[in-house]
Amino acid sequence: MEKTIKAELILENGARFKGNAFGYIKETVGEVVFTTSMTGYQETMTDPSFAGQIVTMTYPLVGNYGINLEDMESDRPYLKGFVVREKCDLPNNWRCEMELEGFLRQYKIMGLEGIDTRALTRCLRDNGTMKGIITTRVGDLTASQIKQKFDTYTNKDAVKEVTPKEKYVMSGSGTHLAVLDCGIKRGILRDLNKRGCKLTVFPAFTSAEEILDTNADALFLGNGPGNPKDIPEVIETVRKLIESGKPVLGICLGHQLISLALGCNTSRLKFGHHGGNHPVKDLNTKRVYITSQNHEFVVSDLSDDVEATFINVNDGSIEGIRHKSKPVYSIQFHPEAAPGPLDTQFLFDRFLKFIEEVK
Amino acid sequence: MPKDLSIKKVLVIGSGPIVIGQAAEFDYSGTQACRSLKEEGVEVVLVNSNPATIMTDIGMAHYTYIEPLTIDFIEKVIEKERPDSIIAGMGGQTGLNLSCELYDSGILDKYHVRVIGTSIESIKEGEDRDSFKKLMEKTNQPIVESEIVTDIESGIHFAEKIGYPVIVRPAYTLGGTGGGIAETEDELKEILSQGLHLSRVGQVLLEKSIKGWKEIEFEVMRDGAGNCITVCSMENVDPVGVHTGDSIVVAPAQTLSDREYQMLRSAAINIINSIEIKGGCNVQFALDPNSYNYAVIEINPRVSRSSALASKATGYPIAKVAAKIALGFNLDEIKNAVTGKTFACFEPVIDYVVLKIPRWPFDKFHSAKRTLGTKMMATGEVMAIGNSFEAALLKGVRSLEIGQYGLERKSSKIKSIDELKKSVQVPDDERIFDLAEMLRRDYRVEKVCQITGMDSFFVNKIKKIVDMEEELKELSLDKITESSLRYYKKKGFSDKAISKFIKCSPPDIYELRKKYNIIPSYKMVDTCAGEFEAVTPYYYSTYDEENEAVIKNNKKVMVIGSGPIRIGQGIEFDYCSVHSVMALKKAGIETIIVNNNPETVSTDFDTSDKLYFEPLTEEDVLNIVEIEKPDGVILQFGGQTAIKLANFFDEMNIPIYGTKPEQIDAAEDREKFDEILETLGIRRPKGKGVWSVEEGVKVANELTYPVLVRPSYVLGGQGMEITHNQEELVLYLTDAFSKDSKNPVLIDRYLCGREIEVDAICDGEDVYIPGIMEHLERAGVHSGDSISIYPPQNISDNIKEQIMDVTKKMAVALKVIGMINIQFIEYKGELNIIEVNPRSSRTVPYISKVTGVQVIDIATRVMLGEKLKDMGYGTMIAKESDVIAVKVPVFSTEKLPQVEVSLGPEMRSTGEVLGLGYTFENALYKGFKAAGMTIPKPGSTILATIRTKDHELFAKTAEKLSKLGLKFMATEGTAKTLKEHGISVQTVKKISEGIPNILDIIRSGVIDLVIDIPQKSNDVGSDSFKIRRGAVESSVSMITSIDTAEAMAEVIAAEINEDKLKLFDIGKDLNK
Repeated sequence: MEKTIKAELILENGARFKGNAFGYIKETVGEVVFTTSMTGYQETMTDPSFAGQIVTMTYPLVGNYGINLEDMESDRPYLKGFVVREKCDLPNNWRCEMELEGFLRQYKIMGLEGIDTRALTRCLRDNGTMKGIITTRVGDLTASQIKQKFDTYTNKDAVKEVTPKEKYVMSGSGTHLAVLDCGIKRGILRDLNKRGCKLTVFPAFTSAEEILDTNADALFLGNGPGNPKDIPEVIETVRKLIESGKPVLGICLGHQLISLALGCNTSRLKFGHHGGNHPVKDLNTKRVYITSQNHEFVVSDLSDDVEATFINVNDGSIEGIRHKSKPVYSIQFHPEAAPGPLDTQFLFDRFLKFIEEVK
Repeated sequence: MPKDLSIKKVLVIGSGPIVIGQAAEFDYSGTQACRSLKEEGVEVVLVNSNPATIMTDIGMAHYTYIEPLTIDFIEKVIEKERPDSIIAGMGGQTGLNLSCELYDSGILDKYHVRVIGTSIESIKEGEDRDSFKKLMEKTNQPIVESEIVTDIESGIHFAEKIGYPVIVRPAYTLGGTGGGIAETEDELKEILSQGLHLSRVGQVLLEKSIKGWKEIEFEVMRDGAGNCITVCSMENVDPVGVHTGDSIVVAPAQTLSDREYQMLRSAAINIINSIEIKGGCNVQFALDPNSYNYAVIEINPRVSRSSALASKATGYPIAKVAAKIALGFNLDEIKNAVTGKTFACFEPVIDYVVLKIPRWPFDKFHSAKRTLGTKMMATGEVMAIGNSFEAALLKGVRSLEIGQYGLERKSSKIKSIDELKKSVQVPDDERIFDLAEMLRRDYRVEKVCQITGMDSFFVNKIKKIVDMEEELKELSLDKITESSLRYYKKKGFSDKAISKFIKCSPPDIYELRKKYNIIPSYKMVDTCAGEFEAVTPYYYSTYDEENEAVIKNNKKVMVIGSGPIRIGQGIEFDYCSVHSVMALKKAGIETIIVNNNPETVSTDFDTSDKLYFEPLTEEDVLNIVEIEKPDGVILQFGGQTAIKLANFFDEMNIPIYGTKPEQIDAAEDREKFDEILETLGIRRPKGKGVWSVEEGVKVANELTYPVLVRPSYVLGGQGMEITHNQEELVLYLTDAFSKDSKNPVLIDRYLCGREIEVDAICDGEDVYIPGIMEHLERAGVHSGDSISIYPPQNISDNIKEQIMDVTKKMAVALKVIGMINIQFIEYKGELNIIEVNPRSSRTVPYISKVTGVQVIDIATRVMLGEKLKDMGYGTMIAKESDVIAVKVPVFSTEKLPQVEVSLGPEMRSTGEVLGLGYTFENALYKGFKAAGMTIPKPGSTILATIRTKDHELFAKTAEKLSKLGLKFMATEGTAKTLKEHGISVQTVKKISEGIPNILDIIRSGVIDLVIDIPQKSNDVGSDSFKIRRGAVESSVSMITSIDTAEAMAEVIAAEINEDKLKLFDIGKDLNK
């Protein structure tokens, strides 16, 4: 038997899951979510959208192929905690450069392993996303300590945490996009850049004027963490960008911000969509695609001048919108995948064509 | 697009008899497809020659034909039923090939039958080697570079182009004989010249070596609108080189990063898109473990063994969905039957580890060459689900029923490290145990990976198990703590394994577990990793916290399945289990199935109310009983696998429906059995159990030769032989006692009489016999391997009376409640009993179908307490049918190098077919055809080599055939006798007499049928053996019993016109 440090995950509803601590061992609080992706734990961990969250992998064996320096979706993992059933100590892959545990330790992220992750998933499914604490003080925290920890947890500043400090440029000879980075994955930038796009990437709280000053062909909003309503100043920026008449495109959080700027509403899903197996239907062609998804919030209540372009086949939720007259187009899911299926890569081409047509 | 309303009547072709490479998985997929089509109001016409399947049950299709799977017969079915459509991909390679032939020959056009689902053009694009190559080029998919060469020079030229090492595969040699891997030009010259020589057509395939690459499979689905999903990825634990059917396979793929995974997934989708698959498709890849390089190995545009595995591993019903797609539905219009909410257009995610381990027939075929390669040898497989690789592997190993509960194996322990090192480099059925043993001896993981090509991820997992086994050895019952016991249980160790390592008894561990409340919790297979609620899930055990199995308090019965398909315990038992469940459901009882075979209908998600996908060991089944608390369990339908549990259940006070364990014992215990026979005055061949060679010789002398010898506990006639003289007997006994000195060997007088078999149902008072079956071959041929005839053609009413009388006496005396199977020999006008099995037998599906008696249904009701009389079965025996039904066994021996082919007391067949007709000859004609036998016609040549004893008998038969215009070739002795009878015959040289000898003649293809009646049934290495191997390996039909030969002569003499043979819809034309 292995020597272990006991730890437990305590949820808001009082549920407790006892396991072993790993990675960087320090008590942590976060919003607990699960993802059903069976591969791509590294991309998941480094996706800034998970900032402030404790992520549970439903697939039980994690770390099998280790960690490499290529598959990072940002400069570091931003999540608050990582929960797995079994971490792999002896990974193998030709690109493997680190082990899961060492990676978490380096970035000071608390891990919990050896719990019944399926029970946790079912708990979140039935009760909705909850806050949770991972602690090694198993059974020692008092009720008031726990309450206090939950009460002081907030993820309102998640975007501030993940957005770059300064603007930067990725060169390209094609379409010039101004990108508002609220925690955008490298995959999105990579896919655009690969198609020749020049990308001028701005911190999330850059003013509309400054962005418009670049005179880019179009404006692009990527994914990011948290509730879009927590960053009204960005929504306002987006509104101005739309008003400018330039094409505005978005993915994930970007899609939600655009929708809010267009007068639609957003609401919280019970336990989010996290995984690489979500069927999404193109309402125009009726084709269904398997997509990678990672969101807690969803666009609802479309305003009159907005129409849905994609819907989720499972729950009918809105997965894409366009403005009926303005050049605005956005989607909830992740065509860049990483991790997940590459079936909707063509959307990047559609984005660029869309910009081309407006020009 | 919604359903295509122009499709009204669909033809489904089954996969025929169970053979190696094509087993129960197609009963599962075919059954699912039929149900799926019927659900949509489409009429289904089914053709399948295999009577042992659920799919050929009356009512599964609207029109069911158990007829030979040849295009002539299928054309007759089409002509009669006039289906408007045909679905090609449900009957394995057989169904696919037949569909292509029907299309190519214009039959489909002629009758205006269109192909629904994947089109024939698409199928051909994937199947044909050349168009596959082109397709891969078109879609920019890499393949393994290969070329067919006919001379050494061009071989060397090609090898230079692709680079060494290259694989040399001679065309048309079995099991890769004459092939090899050439590392250098010199090696290539040597192997190539040998390969060219050995190949019948002088062709050799040269292929770039991708030895050590990972083998990854994807199951993909696509609908008519082009929507694509992947159901599951699978990774072979054995690298490229071992047939995927012979590999340990894990799902999902374990060692791929998302980038590698998505690269292959996208490739799979691009491929099926470009050939416009409409349904399911399997795509196999080889992936370089050191780069992004990969190659597409092959695609299978149909349901397959892998798709069955993927379905069971994920809960996604591939065949069902494929059938709906064929009808025009799109994936987003088909409900996910497991969740009831989501749609078929999504990708299943799993939150557990699935492992498939093949089950090989080497326990039956000791002489077989066990080396695994590119040709599949496994007869069946087990699937294990666990929440870790270790747990799944340990579950899988104990599901195999090979006496293993951990990775420590006796036969590996005795090997030296050098021997182990050598043996793991050549994959065989015991490699995993040898590999574990090496690791146990601290051999380096890295080096193991290097010499086996296995990924260190897997080797480290195996090492982890070995380490834990060694840790356990350091513990003792009084030292094992609650937390450590819980730890090992979580890791997947069974009580039996733990007790073995810490040296106590399994009940000790069981008690300890009870004390600490260490009990399994059951998790669902739900297609979605818990994201959605599931309605028809199934379960696997873990030692986790949350138990998801919802236990109801209503009346419920648990049916124990029969585990992996093996010779002697095949699909028939799955048929029985499924029927029992159907009967219980009808009675309003909740049904629970426990089984571990992913290929079967019994493990389909909607067969029973609840399915536990678990090993069929005492502990695993007991755990389920303890949580479910069923009113009782049914063991009679799961073959020996289930029956083996009887005594244990009895000890644990678990109610068993039907015959009590002590009665089962009485039938199996020689002395108790003899006592009963004596009391009842039933005759049986004289015999005795002996404990030494000397005693054996003495007993045999008293009985007079020939005598039948066998170990006392056997399944499927394992180790049974007929010895004709003292020399043979001594040889047998010496060998038997050296293998097992703790049990006696049974010696019986061998009666060369007519074998008769009955299946009967008994309620303790009355007996009901659906029908009496007569065996074509005389005693000495295992009942599973002989041709079986119903209704009997040569049995007098007097004997029938006796059979009924004895059956009743026997069943009542054994207090049978449920099924009993009795085998008799009629010898010199007297009825002898030779075997009694107080359980369901392999003839049950056959007899049920041909008599129309719902045997299992009645037996199940009887077991629950109903009386035969009250059900209206007071007549003792069902009315005999006017249609004659002949069951013909089918063998897979051509796939197993070095295995004996001739019929004998040891069972060798893997499957069976049925022939139906108004005359015996017509029925047998169909039976032979269905079994793939060539029926010689005037002008055909028969090669005969007959044991001296049967010369005269054979001469009479030959005379008849000669008059009909058949030609004969024979070895010297046989030829002499034939000439004496005035039959023209060409004498052929024996193997030792130079070229061309008998083997060359067989291989040359001029022979239509070989009749080889050997002196003894198992003489590996003899000339006679080589002749038989030569025949099966050259695909020449062969008969090895004089009785079969005579029957064949009768069929030939009947000069049957196939066009005039009647087809029987078994639902309408039988048992009117």
